[in-house]
Amino acid sequence: MSNDAATATPDAIATATALAAAAAGPQPDAEAGEPRGIGASVMPTDTRAKTEGTFPYAADLWAEGLLWAAVLRSPHAHARILSVDTSGAVAMPGVRAVVTHADVPGAPTHGRRIADRPVFAHDVVRHHGEPIAAVAADHPDTARLAAAAITVEYELLDAVTDPEQAFGAPPLHPDGNLIRHIPLAFGDPEATGEVVVEGLYRIGRQDPAPIGAEAGLAVPRPDGGVELYTASTDPHGDRDLAAACFGLEPERVKVVVTGVPGATGDREDPGFQLPLGLLALRTGCPVKLAATREESFLGHAHRHPTLLRYRHHADAEGRLVKVEAQILMDAGAYADSSAESLAAAVAFACGPYVVPHAFVEGWAVRTNNPPSGHVRGEGAMQVCAAYEGQMDKLAAKLGLDGAELRLRNVLATGDLLPTGQTVTCPAPVAELLRAVRDFELPALPKDSPEDEWLLPGGPEGAGEPGAIRRGVGYGVGMVHMLGAEGTDEVSTATVKVHDGIATVICAAVETGQGFSTLARQIVQEVLGVDEVAVAPVDTDQPPAGPAAHGRHTWVSGGAVERAAKMVRTQLLQPMAHKLGMSTELLQVADGAITSYDGAFTTTVAEAMAGKELWATAQCRPHPTEPLDAAGQGDAFVGLAFCAVRAVVDVDIELGSVRVVELAVAQDVGRILNPRQLAARIEAGVTQGVGAALTENLRTAGGLIRHPDLTGYALPTALDAPDIRIVKLVEERDVVAPFGAKAASAVPVVTTPAAVASAVRAATGRPVNRLPIRPSAAVVTGG
Amino acid sequence: MLPASLDEAVAALAAMPAAVPVAGGTDLMTAVNSGLLRPAGLVGLGRISEIRGWQYQDGHALLGAGLTHARMGRPDFAALIPALAAAARAAGPPQIRNAGTLGGNIATAAPAGDALPVLAALEAVLLIVGPGGTREIPVSHLLAGREMLSPGELIGFVRVPLLHAPQVFLKATGRTGPGRAVASVGLVLDPARRGVRCAVGAVAPMPLRPLEAEQWVASLIDWDGERTLAPEALEAFGDYVAMACVPDQGDPVPPAVLQLRRTVAVLARRALGRALTS
Repeated sequence: MSNDAATATPDAIATATALAAAAAGPQPDAEAGEPRGIGASVMPTDTRAKTEGTFPYAADLWAEGLLWAAVLRSPHAHARILSVDTSGAVAMPGVRAVVTHADVPGAPTHGRRIADRPVFAHDVVRHHGEPIAAVAADHPDTARLAAAAITVEYELLDAVTDPEQAFGAPPLHPDGNLIRHIPLAFGDPEATGEVVVEGLYRIGRQDPAPIGAEAGLAVPRPDGGVELYTASTDPHGDRDLAAACFGLEPERVKVVVTGVPGATGDREDPGFQLPLGLLALRTGCPVKLAATREESFLGHAHRHPTLLRYRHHADAEGRLVKVEAQILMDAGAYADSSAESLAAAVAFACGPYVVPHAFVEGWAVRTNNPPSGHVRGEGAMQVCAAYEGQMDKLAAKLGLDGAELRLRNVLATGDLLPTGQTVTCPAPVAELLRAVRDFELPALPKDSPEDEWLLPGGPEGAGEPGAIRRGVGYGVGMVHMLGAEGTDEVSTATVKVHDGIATVICAAVETGQGFSTLARQIVQEVLGVDEVAVAPVDTDQPPAGPAAHGRHTWVSGGAVERAAKMVRTQLLQPMAHKLGMSTELLQVADGAITSYDGAFTTTVAEAMAGKELWATAQCRPHPTEPLDAAGQGDAFVGLAFCAVRAVVDVDIELGSVRVVELAVAQDVGRILNPRQLAARIEAGVTQGVGAALTENLRTAGGLIRHPDLTGYALPTALDAPDIRIVKLVEERDVVAPFGAKAASAVPVVTTPAAVASAVRAATGRPVNRLPIRPSAAVVTGG
Repeated sequence: MLPASLDEAVAALAAMPAAVPVAGGTDLMTAVNSGLLRPAGLVGLGRISEIRGWQYQDGHALLGAGLTHARMGRPDFAALIPALAAAARAAGPPQIRNAGTLGGNIATAAPAGDALPVLAALEAVLLIVGPGGTREIPVSHLLAGREMLSPGELIGFVRVPLLHAPQVFLKATGRTGPGRAVASVGLVLDPARRGVRCAVGAVAPMPLRPLEAEQWVASLIDWDGERTLAPEALEAFGDYVAMACVPDQGDPVPPAVLQLRRTVAVLARRALGRALTS
């Protein structure tokens, strides 16, 4: 697929090369050997180990004399706990410790944003899979059997599983059922348009479904503290949370980040880490846990299932006049990041379109459903499916082409969001949409040999050519980058050079997003060195914040660049002094240091020989403010945009859908690593295909019905369409380091909307629910 | 224990009645790994070469229970029993097909087992070996629970007729890649007996045979001539099969049931259409 991407984007890559050259960087093609520096397709250092299966993940950890943990989880969605009897477990041979809420020495509740979640449920369980107790034993089977031997007496309570019922239901939590309400008001409520369309949309519960399930190892320290080895994506956040619950100072808890086996949301559920740490502290032994797939589905946070009601007003030419919307997000039992997700949903409820009047009311409510939290593109993805559905309806009503209607409304730099924030960053939405619209359509199956057909239903499947209809649809989406609404986004990085070898020390976690590769590229670029190592991450380093919203590319990348530049100044200072010029007049490129007039030249290696240079720097983007009571405020640091054209084949009798091709055009600011960028976009698009067609964690009465990868169908290689990256628009975002924008989330946001739009075009059905069920794509009576 | 012959396997099971026989292990081992099953011992059937192939017997094929899905999916097997080959090719990703076996598919008897509707349509007979010798059970009797395997017994062979006529297996799944069947249809033509036999899988605990629909449609076919049917007849057959195999489940019929019925009708119609035109 990367070949396809490369052939589809020669211009973009050429531009990147030119830019790199302009920035006095090494040209990847100009010399033999490994590509290096910004704009080159530098390979990650762990690729080989990962493909060979030798890369160590958390589940591979081992310590001498370790014990195995198992967590007892609630089988009910909502119940009062009358009693917990652990005597059966304690009496089992091989069991070393059993812990319940009574054994939590510190704060009884925790939460990454709001501390409303008990470490162990004690009076009430509020969702299926909530931890109640944990066991450490000398064998994993013993631990599981012992956990099963704990007797819990429950009094079943009515489970609130319909978010619409949450408003009137008795409080499920002392904090109440309403987690956040944003009544956004922008413009004139009395405004009306000549054309009005209404729609009701439902978005399902996507699971991050990381390829590696949660795992961790807790090792007690001689000083009474504990070390947690886990694939955390927010090590300092997790450390603070754990220390509070353990009743320890943060310095006595250390989180060491191990290989991260996939993360598209908050990785490592504290429901695993906290019991592990408690058991290690209690037994004085290392304790390990590797979650089963079922536990993984039960434990971690999912995408918010969302109900959206929309009314769009437009004039006769199709220009939007007013958007009214109600957005109801199911937060599950605990607050987690729902307040932020709701802010994104409300702020982006109208999409990347100019809307003079907007009235959007959003609620995030508590239910007894599985917990919702941060999953790539949260909030923005749900509303994108809805507003793009509305745009299709409007186009149909006005008899306009879907792309044309969108083009009449697209946002550009300088326009206002409904939050009153002016879009100051590049917003080349029209350019993106035109690029995907004008890209050549894929051939029809009938134009290729019969044995190459891949019809809905798969090879040799039930698909029949006579029942296949092709549809083309569009989606345009946006996300914010970095934390919103006043979150302090700061990252610290240290760059060290010793004898020509550079090391980056930064607590930004490599989750697969490519941060460590980028850090190497930045240092290569600034210092002209070849060899750059990135140190493993732990909480003894200064905080870099969570890996989310593309923040490490921006904030941690920015910190690395600053630190590297400080090292460069230290390196060049003596030379510049000797030459009687300022350091700015010396250039570092291709391993050589040259003065502006070319009179002085030396190699980087020579200049660095025998020297050890250190510098530490911070990067903190400009501050944001929370949305006010009317949903107004400059809440976002930056925005990224994407347009997707989907081509689908639908078997209109069976309702089976195959996405044939997705053409993507994305606003990336600047290409830092073409291959990595293409891989991130392809991954995001594929996750979006899953959300569009198959990924929905089904529940009945709040109980997860099929917590396994057979019941939860991820896209396979046959489901992943041809992904054509037709355009990468490089308009630098001047406030971002290197001008680059985050790339992973916006394709996830936009793809489901585009697929739904294409299925609408193929079938003429409304398609107002994601994932798209076969019954929604069947055409009867035709 | 790894016996090398069926007799040794039977003896091993007799010696340790609590042991569980395991062939490909694609279903059994997931149950073991998730802690649902704690067998006291395992009798591995992978070394029994006599059940890894097939032989011919009076117009029938005697299929070893240890045939893997991958083996059944190959062209030489497909020439003999096309529908079973198609079902084997549709049964999951290559890793599963390389390990999972015909006998295992029958013994697990999962509602969505892909080989099962084909075996039901073929009216396959199971040769069960045990301490008391060999006995025969129709596959439908075992799947419906009318006859059960006794302790110490194993599925040794599966006898299916060689019909020398078109056969079709179709399944509907939630995605383009390998997936569990929402509904599946196995359909075989039996020109010698002038019959159409059809079974619907995944909609009930065992494959269902719409006998009346089979007889009705067989009576419409000109067996000595072109063997074609009008589109309306194919459509009516599909609806007939769907009505027979998917009960109403309430009044009004729930939308999910209507959708399943529509799916079964389309699969049955397409299966018969393909069988009659190939």
